[in-house]
Amino acid sequence: MEAIITQQEAKRHPMDNLLRMDRMPHIWCPGCGIGNAVSAFADALDKLEYNLDKLCVVSGIGCTGRVAGYIKVDSFHTTHGRAIPFATGIKLGNPDIKVVVISGDGDLVSIGGNHFVHAARRNIDLTVICVNNFIYAMTGGQVAPTTPTPAYTTTSPFGNFENPSNVPQLAEAAGAVYVARWTALHMRRLTYSIVDALKKPGFSVVEVISPCAMYYSRINKLGDGLDMMKFYYDHSIIKHGEPTDHLEIDYQKEIIVGKFVDRERPTYSESMGKWFED
Amino acid sequence: MKANPRDVFTGTYYIDGDVAAAYGALAAGCKFLGGYPITPSTEAAEAFARKAPYVGAQFIQMEDELGSIASVLGASWSGKKSMTITSGPGYSLMMENIGLGAAMEIPFVIINIQRSGPSTGVPTSTGQADIMQSKWGANGDYEVIALAPESPQESFDFAIKAFNLAERYRVPVMFMADECVGHMTEKVVIPDASEIEVEPRRFYQGKKEEYIPYRRDQDLVPPIVKAGDGYHLYITGLTHDERGYPLLDHRSLPKIEKAKVIHKKSTNPYLVDKIRKNKDEIIEMQEDHLEDAEVVIVSYGITSRVAYRAFEQARQEGIKVGMLRLITVWPFPDDRIAELAKKVKGFVVPEINYGQIVFEVDRCSHGKANTILVPHGGASVHKPDDILGAIKKIVKDNKKYEQVIEYTTTLEKTIFKGSLTEKIKK
Amino acid sequence: MKETNLAVLTGSHDLTGSQACAEGGLSAGCRFLGYYPIFPSFDIVERFAERFSDVKGVLIQMEDEISALAAVLGASWTGKKAMTVTSGPGFAQMAEHIGLGVMLETPCVIVDVQRDGTSEGSPSAPGGGDIMMARWGSHGDYEVIALSPNSPQEMFDMTVKAFSLSEKYRTPVILITDTYVSNLNEAVHIPDAKDIQIHTRKYYKGKREDYLPFQYDAKDLVPPMVDVGKGYRFHVTGLTHDERGYPVMDEKCQEWNVHRLVQKIRIFAEDIVDFEEEQTDDADVIVVSYGAVSRDVIHAVHQVREEGIRAGSLRIKTIWPFPEKKITQLAKKATHLIVPENNFGQICLEVERCARGRAETHYLYHASSRIGQSDDIVKLIKKVMKK
Repeated sequence: MEAIITQQEAKRHPMDNLLRMDRMPHIWCPGCGIGNAVSAFADALDKLEYNLDKLCVVSGIGCTGRVAGYIKVDSFHTTHGRAIPFATGIKLGNPDIKVVVISGDGDLVSIGGNHFVHAARRNIDLTVICVNNFIYAMTGGQVAPTTPTPAYTTTSPFGNFENPSNVPQLAEAAGAVYVARWTALHMRRLTYSIVDALKKPGFSVVEVISPCAMYYSRINKLGDGLDMMKFYYDHSIIKHGEPTDHLEIDYQKEIIVGKFVDRERPTYSESMGKWFED
Repeated sequence: MKANPRDVFTGTYYIDGDVAAAYGALAAGCKFLGGYPITPSTEAAEAFARKAPYVGAQFIQMEDELGSIASVLGASWSGKKSMTITSGPGYSLMMENIGLGAAMEIPFVIINIQRSGPSTGVPTSTGQADIMQSKWGANGDYEVIALAPESPQESFDFAIKAFNLAERYRVPVMFMADECVGHMTEKVVIPDASEIEVEPRRFYQGKKEEYIPYRRDQDLVPPIVKAGDGYHLYITGLTHDERGYPLLDHRSLPKIEKAKVIHKKSTNPYLVDKIRKNKDEIIEMQEDHLEDAEVVIVSYGITSRVAYRAFEQARQEGIKVGMLRLITVWPFPDDRIAELAKKVKGFVVPEINYGQIVFEVDRCSHGKANTILVPHGGASVHKPDDILGAIKKIVKDNKKYEQVIEYTTTLEKTIFKGSLTEKIKK
Repeated sequence: MKETNLAVLTGSHDLTGSQACAEGGLSAGCRFLGYYPIFPSFDIVERFAERFSDVKGVLIQMEDEISALAAVLGASWTGKKAMTVTSGPGFAQMAEHIGLGVMLETPCVIVDVQRDGTSEGSPSAPGGGDIMMARWGSHGDYEVIALSPNSPQEMFDMTVKAFSLSEKYRTPVILITDTYVSNLNEAVHIPDAKDIQIHTRKYYKGKREDYLPFQYDAKDLVPPMVDVGKGYRFHVTGLTHDERGYPVMDEKCQEWNVHRLVQKIRIFAEDIVDFEEEQTDDADVIVVSYGAVSRDVIHAVHQVREEGIRAGSLRIKTIWPFPEKKITQLAKKATHLIVPENNFGQICLEVERCARGRAETHYLYHASSRIGQSDDIVKLIKKVMKK
């Protein structure tokens, strides 16, 4: 991969100012969808014309956990599952900073599930981009909280029989003000969703369904990244405003995408400010 | 008791230490694994998951390491031999519940495939820096047993040993392998079930009405029952008395009297005494050429294999070196070190950390012998030449050291262009 | 200026140890407290809660102790001085993030009000079993600084000092106290704001383009810091990293990174260690103690001195780094070292090591039920001197 982009070409790239070009090539496998999420995020930043000095990205551990290291803003690669509380500390320590958490499904929903729920409940002003690839890829393909039944993984060698998490439903139930889901294929829509989420004060969640060509697809014999993209093309249905309890993802069945929640609730800082004014 | 043939996958294998540990656990009769994926320990969990249905064992991948250790504690009370598998950061998350397990006196095993730290460190590479944490990581006082295998074969053998010790003493046993052992592929011979000795759980044999959860046998270990057998157990992590009841209900007493009652009735002292008083039975080590040794290399885990190379070189050069390999790192062989300190000139302690067990060696030598640390930050193993250099330094130096001396390794010299300590002190 | 005056309540007050700790934090400039309620640390939070709006501070109750410390680390990177308070079981949960704090070289203060016993233990009884955990609780190699106060006044002073040390060495500092000291009600003198020595982290002063997050000063091995949101657009990670803060997965970088983290404390250990000696010059027997137990030791030493036994006391104020040289030096003079502890033997192992066989080390279980009494210490002093 290194040879494809020379340093000079990289310098000319429009995302030059948004990405750490000195760290390229990145660690993600060919066919992975995390790059798409990063690209959409970078595009969104470009569209918003944010002051990048006042933006901060926090990641946990895992493949998506490495995103923080490639985005050229103040960025933190923290411990597994704890990106949200770390981000909460930054947000409360300096409310002028826009804080974005980009991490994976295992990191945010499994080990960090408690923090996800409580940050949404408090409505801390964070934008969470959850890249969902249905598997723990960094550690070699173990069953994830989102793995559909009956997908195979290395720790469910006889197929997964657990009920998977429905991330948008969890987010809505916990109190998130903005919830959307797209796949790594819906680049333009994903970008606009991230723009909306970043603009929205409060806890906003964007789930990005992403192919994992190395583990999820390989173990389940679903082809490579491109095959997964084709699958998304054939099987994703855009249904804005769909009730979130309809959003469960069955194995190789349709994936409902769209914007599901967009509501107003006072953020943590607003509530606190108002409380102490009185 | 012999192992159940169904649990033992007899044969000769070419597998890595992680997988061997999983097979060892199964052979020991482990029937529950609560885990969470973490490099470099996942191969063990995967191997367990593949074999579990064939031996009637259960594998569950919990939502995080706190959940996995808690599930192990519960499963153990259900009467099943239980364990969890993890590495550094996950191990740190387990600390609170390790304390709970120790306080409730639950037999369970933690397989920790150590990686380089601190924090996320270098996940895919080796380290030995969780050794002190395995003894001191949770709040309050308790004792554990820790084993350090140096090969996949030992990984298999020690996994069985770990379960046997856990069941024997009702104590958490730490299986402290390192990434090198975990990912090293070697020949592993799994013997016939009839050749594997397995410690059964110490179930209570007396009358049901007379059962008192923490009434101890002669060896200070209380027999155990399992949940669901009609004993109506009450087990708590609060400081408790023999009956298992928390020692908080003395509201009528003045504060100091209350403290005295707690002090008198608490079972806490037994958490340390049952290991400390039985340590001679537990401690195991491997000794080599100690009879005439002038310098002793104290090592454990993968480092002992590197040290063996230095040992051979030194012997070839005519230096009288001996090897002491810790099989049980905890409890620590205090007496043996003290005894050796009286007759040798010094100890060389190579570790893949910046000094942990070396301080224990130094403590036990009571200033009678010099102690030198050969440190290594991890992500790789020592160079035998560094260990040899330290051996020579001990032989050469005639003065008594006032503290542990840190040997300046070739790696340190390359990175910092000399000894970091000396550079700053200047 | 106005804010400082509100933060520092100059004058003499009647405060509990917990209140003094909160005041110490405020005086030192602490403006962020993330916590999770756990007995008996809650009194500190209560005091902070009454006062934090005066100083425009932030107080947040997180969903557990893991996130409490994570939030504190995040807040510290915004330039705020931040702390968390907890007790044994909560402290055990924080283990992983102590490692992250060390790796990211994030200044912060953790107050551990120890309770008695293992696991949940006896929440209301003073404990002393977390001493070794403070040093070895997280995985991997690191060094910490831990302070042990023995009075409300020291709770104030040492909280201030803890912040200064953490800012100076860019490392988490642990204030390790117990229920006895935190509940004790005594006179606490809070000096004028200008008399309180506060050390603030070393900020990077060079050109923005040249900033490297972990390029350390050759003098003290501590890299200068910047705040989030100041346009440096840096990256930091808990993975082993180079001076740019980028992960590098090899032994050279591990040596460069972790060896320095360890040495930045070890080399300066002698500057950090603090202790208090009493009548050790001619002592045959020296009682080494820390925290609440040391209050009883002084009585015991005075009592046996009256009876003609030459006893002395060494009170350790900074448990970690351990005053190794001092102990070695005292062991040369005295014949016996007595270590009374409210645990089943932790610091006595360190004392035994540093005594290097020159003095005999005796461990004494000074149980939480005995705190406030010194008869067992007196008895042991007499017993060892009779031999």
